[in-house]
Amino acid sequence: MHPAISVIFFTVTSGAGFGLIAMIGAGMPLPGGLLSAFLIPALAGGMAIAGLVASTFHLGRPERAWRAFSQWRSSWLSREGVLAVTTLVLFAIYTLIWMVTGERLFWLGLPLAICALLTVYTTAMIYAQLKTVPHWHTGLTPLSYLAFSLACGLVLAGSLGGHLQPGSLAARLSFFAILIAWLVKYLWWKRAHGASLSAFGSTMETATGLGAIGKVRLLERPHTGENYLTREMVHVIGRKHASKLRTIAVFLGAGLPLLIAFGVWILSASTVWLVFAFVSLMAGLFVERWLFFAEAEHAVSLYYGGRED
Amino acid sequence: MTSLPETTERALGLVIDLDTCVGCHACVVNCKEWNTGGYGAPLADMNPYGAEPEGAWLNRIHTFEVSPVDAPASIVHFPKSCLHCADAPCVTVCPTGASYKRSEDGIVLVDESMCIGCGLCAWSCPYGAREMDPVENVMKKCTLCVDRIYNDNIPEEDRVPACVRTCPSGARHFGDFSDPQSNVSQLVAERGGFDLMPEMGTAPVNKYLPPRPKAKPECATTTTPASVQAEVGGFLGWLDRALEKLGKD
Repeated sequence: MHPAISVIFFTVTSGAGFGLIAMIGAGMPLPGGLLSAFLIPALAGGMAIAGLVASTFHLGRPERAWRAFSQWRSSWLSREGVLAVTTLVLFAIYTLIWMVTGERLFWLGLPLAICALLTVYTTAMIYAQLKTVPHWHTGLTPLSYLAFSLACGLVLAGSLGGHLQPGSLAARLSFFAILIAWLVKYLWWKRAHGASLSAFGSTMETATGLGAIGKVRLLERPHTGENYLTREMVHVIGRKHASKLRTIAVFLGAGLPLLIAFGVWILSASTVWLVFAFVSLMAGLFVERWLFFAEAEHAVSLYYGGRED
Repeated sequence: MTSLPETTERALGLVIDLDTCVGCHACVVNCKEWNTGGYGAPLADMNPYGAEPEGAWLNRIHTFEVSPVDAPASIVHFPKSCLHCADAPCVTVCPTGASYKRSEDGIVLVDESMCIGCGLCAWSCPYGAREMDPVENVMKKCTLCVDRIYNDNIPEEDRVPACVRTCPSGARHFGDFSDPQSNVSQLVAERGGFDLMPEMGTAPVNKYLPPRPKAKPECATTTTPASVQAEVGGFLGWLDRALEKLGKD
């Protein structure tokens, strides 16, 4: 699949933003005062909104994006839009109350956290629902999106609440959240390794229905040039450096952040340092998400000669 | 609402005969011609006279080579357009309701004024039946020529999809699959019509007819000219033997 920058930025940044919103709602210790009550929600909401805005760049007709709120009964993409807006509205109310009274209401925070995580779940389901892309069509996809979102939220919230409790629970939680998220991703990668189209019973023979006669090979594409389908779904360039990119993703997304979180935990240092773990984790996730798209194989490629690499 | 209708009154669609298709692309051209002036926005072409022309098409012909174990390979021209699936994933993924399946005849359509061009429907389709228009930035797909088949302003014989009307070898048939007596249902029953990628669970309405088994001439693979010569008699046999005596080439 074509790894569109707008969609990569959207899934990673919104995921982190909603993860932080969930942590705020769940009552993670954060600094008090009016400035914090404004800046911290601005950061969380800002990331969530920046991601959502980026996702509209991927649309052919962004001016009609509002129409996407209508089909929540059948469409995961629509559900995602509805839940994202619901979460942001709840978050705005929560933030207003926080700013005015200095109180973080748990009874409002809890549904807020649940809505934020449901939003991430629906984002992942947009991909996981597609039977045409076997790599994505698994419950591990929403699980890994959720685990990464939670890890990002925890690490960032831990860093923001840093000067409150040096060497606090936040560093330990961050360490294990990052570890668990990458364990889930490892399982996802392991499954993806065996989840080829042919493993799911789709081959050029079933695509053409000519398998009863013999082995099928593409002789000629319909037209000499590229087209929307080949560019969007028969993308092959990305897979060339897949293993190198995977190493980079794991180093930046898992290795460094785990080291930093472990250091903060063991040295009982201020969790402010976790901000570096967060930056590295995000960088790793951009690479991970790029691979999520670039490595995925779409059924329509069978009509264009199957995998070329 | 982009939920699928539970049942459709009719199930209009195409039967494509892979035995008779000669791969002339007339259906592709006529489809483009009709649909660039009919339903919805024109079907754009980008850089049509340049080095890398491309555009949106609702019907494309792929060409495959099929190699049986015990016979020479054969060529199959393979026209592909929307299969108007009974369980169309492109409809349910649509966030805006632009994509829908008609309950009266089962045709899957896109309301282009509602389409936001997110492309998710194209991702959900295993057949590559949907293409984004590069100029309008909305999703285009086969309409089964909905603006022809019910059109009282054109002669009755033209009230079939443009691809069917134009096919010079009669490889495309249009009809109602919900009626077991219809031409298309009969063809499917007689010729063993099949679904593309049935494992995707899309329950396509359009069916394909397999190429008829090719005759397998004995000489095609097993014999060489040298082995036939010994059996030739008469004048040619005499000539062969006479030339043989002049030495081997």
